[in-house]
Amino acid sequence: MEKFTTHTGAGVPLRRSNVDTDQIIPAVYLKRVTRTGFEDALFAAWRGDENFILNQEAYKNGTVLVTGPDFGTGSSREHAVWALKDYGFKVVIASRFADIFRGNSGKQGLLAAVVEQSDIELLWKALEAEPGKELTVSLEDRTVTCGDITVSFEVDDYVRWRLMEGLDDIGLTLKHEEDITAFEGTRDAWRPKTLPAKTEPKEHIEAARPVN
Amino acid sequence: MGTTLAEKLWASHLVRQGEDGAPDLIYIDLHMCHEVTSPQAFEGLRLAGRQVRRPDLTIATEDHNTPTLDIDKPIADLTSRTQIDTLRNNAKEFGIRLHSLGDADQGVVHVVGPQLGLTMPGMTVVCGDSHTSTHGAFGALAFGIGTSEVEHVLATQTLPLKPFKTMAINVNGELPEGTTAKDIILAVIAKIGTGGGQGYVLEYRGEAIKSLSMEARMTVCNMSIEAGARAGLIAPDETTFEYVKGRPHAPEGADWDAAVENWKGLVTDEDATFDTEVTLEASDLEPFVTWGTNPGQGLPLSANVPNPEDIADADQREAAENALKYMGLTPGQPLRTLDIDTVFLGSCTNGRIEDLRAAAEIIQGRTKAPNTRFLVVPGSARVRLQAEAEGLDKVFIDFGAEWRNAGCSMCLGMNPDQLKPEERSASTSNRNFEGRQGKGGRTHLVSPLVAAATAVRGTLSSPADLEDADVLVGASA
Ligand code: SF4
Repeated sequence: MEKFTTHTGAGVPLRRSNVDTDQIIPAVYLKRVTRTGFEDALFAAWRGDENFILNQEAYKNGTVLVTGPDFGTGSSREHAVWALKDYGFKVVIASRFADIFRGNSGKQGLLAAVVEQSDIELLWKALEAEPGKELTVSLEDRTVTCGDITVSFEVDDYVRWRLMEGLDDIGLTLKHEEDITAFEGTRDAWRPKTLPAKTEPKEHIEAARPVN
Repeated sequence: MGTTLAEKLWASHLVRQGEDGAPDLIYIDLHMCHEVTSPQAFEGLRLAGRQVRRPDLTIATEDHNTPTLDIDKPIADLTSRTQIDTLRNNAKEFGIRLHSLGDADQGVVHVVGPQLGLTMPGMTVVCGDSHTSTHGAFGALAFGIGTSEVEHVLATQTLPLKPFKTMAINVNGELPEGTTAKDIILAVIAKIGTGGGQGYVLEYRGEAIKSLSMEARMTVCNMSIEAGARAGLIAPDETTFEYVKGRPHAPEGADWDAAVENWKGLVTDEDATFDTEVTLEASDLEPFVTWGTNPGQGLPLSANVPNPEDIADADQREAAENALKYMGLTPGQPLRTLDIDTVFLGSCTNGRIEDLRAAAEIIQGRTKAPNTRFLVVPGSARVRLQAEAEGLDKVFIDFGAEWRNAGCSMCLGMNPDQLKPEERSASTSNRNFEGRQGKGGRTHLVSPLVAAATAVRGTLSSPADLEDADVLVGASA
């Protein structure tokens, strides 16, 4: 995971609350077996509307989403975070996030920054007054700056530390690889292994056929 | 002060205690994979250039998507075929043992693990599937995980976790004739609610649990997740040891003795305290069925469809109203009079050999209700073979049932085995959510005994209902 200290990019004001994960990425896209390439799926139902904000030239290349409360509610699909990241978003700013979405973002290196709703309104106004305007998000200072407006945000200390160190959960765990290896050294001999495979004798399985 | 079984399992797998708000790092003894929740995890490994740390503690099988007919032909559904091909490629690339469709050890992942002797007491078991709680029946800490966590376990054989709370579920007394493990767990869920177990590991205790067979214990633990719990547990005893002994991966010789020595210590201490305790009297139980669209909406079979107006809690009243509308039911209707279109016997809840035996015993010598379809899907290919060796397949086929190949099948309707809109099923599976068994399908969760009796009468029934107007022709029931 890349280290995240500050990020500067175009802000996208999405004036909607309760954007659930079905709206972020509809269920039909969950059948894919890849982990990347979900950019086309992001907000798929809304992208058909030419007035939708991401269809407007000035916001197209946005990287900071500023949205209404209760973002990411609904199903726990991690695809919602993948879709936002694949599209190019680095930060989502809202006054409230669904817990699971926030947890998933932290794991995948997408910053979910919690900002007071009154400050969200300020950011929305600034971004709408000057479409394509850039925001600077400092994880170090926990601030979002847009022109002469600076507001602060909240983020879990542990998640912040991890993002700043550029450590995904796996990277972090692998820092303790020695502990894992040491633990493995103490495991009882009776604990089963899947390899080499042991089974009962191989037997032919008759294929069932449709009746009628 | 003593510790609970769950706490002992946690402590014995602690690789590292979390500091400064970081979670604990827990070692995973067995990781099981299937085609639906693993593809992105393997892709994640590939993107990061990582390997599977312990292929020898990992196993995969094909179950969620697989057809239960014509398994020797290419899978017709393209998405399913892609997911299965992806699993096959990943297993090959990362050196993981895979039991594919057509292999005698293929089947629902939670049936396959125990049957191979890979699930044992004292382990930590995970799988990208919520019903991993099944394996808790052995006194193992077993729980479902998400795709990121699947990747994490593949890469590190550990998981960062915050400790769970503990809840004791005491089931005292003796189960009455005609009731089963399924009725215990449906009654537990109806009692504590679908959210009642949230954040907890449930430990099932008491005489009624002690006297259950290993397979029946799996049925109980399987549905812990339907009460919102992360895991269910039953302390191992002679029944457990007996079940594990002699299975392909069971320890042998001195290893066996060492294992049993260890397993005997896997009990909650007398003076340990649980965060919460719940008690049920087994003797009060009757065959249980669900009437609504979540597993907590259940009642004894002898009851009537409830009237939402009688429910005090506003949210639950609304949920009941919606459920009745979806299920096409009227308050006051006796549950016993509901016509059933399809009976599904199978899944990781009730697709094991004992379940098939129990159902076969009831239908033997009887005839199927003419308008009811009876789908029998063994939980694994081995269960199918075993049933065939005992002649159960003939009993089912003579009765008019469809005898299928192993897989998840109609439990979740990801393959062609689905209900049609407004079709009503009596299903031995674990979820009666809207659309779970097919768009618009209406599911009543039942035990294998109720499933079999229902297939005879065509309406929701218990074996006791068969005795009055008995149409026994052959062997005794
Ligand atoms: S049988 Fe049903 S509950 Fe069990 S693993 Fe398959 S889909 Fe999940």
